[in-house]
Amino acid sequence: MCTMIVQQIKIEGSGKSGNGWFTLKEANVSYDHPFNAPLEHALNIDFVNEAQGVGARVAVELSTDAARALVDAIQAVLQKADDGGHIVD
Amino acid sequence: MYQTDMYEGMIAETVTLQGANHEYINAYFARPLGPGPFPGMVIIHHMPGWDEWYREAAHKFAYYGYATLSPNLYFRAGHGSPEDVTAKVRAEGGVADDQVLGDLEGSMQYLRSLPYVNGKVGVFGTCSGGRQAYLAGCRIQGFDAVVDCWGGRVVMNPEDLTPKYPVSPLDYTADLNAPLLGIFGNDDHSPTAEQVNLQEAELKKHGKNYEFHRYDDAGHGFFYHNRPAYRQAQAVDGWQKVFTFLEKYLK
Repeated sequence: MCTMIVQQIKIEGSGKSGNGWFTLKEANVSYDHPFNAPLEHALNIDFVNEAQGVGARVAVELSTDAARALVDAIQAVLQKADDGGHIVD
Repeated sequence: MYQTDMYEGMIAETVTLQGANHEYINAYFARPLGPGPFPGMVIIHHMPGWDEWYREAAHKFAYYGYATLSPNLYFRAGHGSPEDVTAKVRAEGGVADDQVLGDLEGSMQYLRSLPYVNGKVGVFGTCSGGRQAYLAGCRIQGFDAVVDCWGGRVVMNPEDLTPKYPVSPLDYTADLNAPLLGIFGNDDHSPTAEQVNLQEAELKKHGKNYEFHRYDDAGHGFFYHNRPAYRQAQAVDGWQKVFTFLEKYLK
């Protein structure tokens, strides 16, 4: 690894890979070399289920601008849902 | 030098060998056909994993006459596509230096055990593999030549040290026991030009046998023809430097 910048969080949800839908248990967020994005480093998110093996993975590789825009969009959508009384945890 | 009327052949296959803690790992092994003697090369895959580029690199070294072993440093993470395995290793914060060194020493011993290897073994790595090649040259006795291609984090800050990476490789420089070739891009962010300066100053301080080639208009990974970082002229020259260096010390 070159930057070694990584964080893992526990999550709930589902992800769809080439083999269909599976239950997500963890998300690994890193800033390191991507496999495919044409960048030296990217903000990589691997949505995984470790118990199901290394192939249970949905991956995205984002530029830093895209990653920040995504964070803003998620926050804005959650705020709007919260304001509308749609979030009932 | 190859001539068009010469016979040539190559075999490439997966093998297993004993790595760190005498645990078995697999490796990709490419070698010229024939009785040899051939020098050996251990090539250390980069952070994106034990992937196609490293298969191609093994073939390239074999074409140049080296029995070439590419150990799977992520073997213990399980099996799947190289990218999926690498993603797991990335999430775990990489592989520990001591484990990697054990796997590299086992690879070196595997090559030396072969009747068609001439007894000399070099080590080559890019990216994290460049860093690990540098470490191998310092901490393992027995490599005859070391090639560090843009190894990031050879120079580490104290706050970046972890149980997996307990010592900055730079601090082992006094123990380097083989000639070193360094290939770097001046636009790289890891290692930066300043970090390469520090590495070179440490090598000079300890009177080590080394040569560095530092390329303008090149960044990290400029040999990778499948990535935007590829720089044709610099890569051609860099490969030439690699094989000239290895021929001097291994053949």
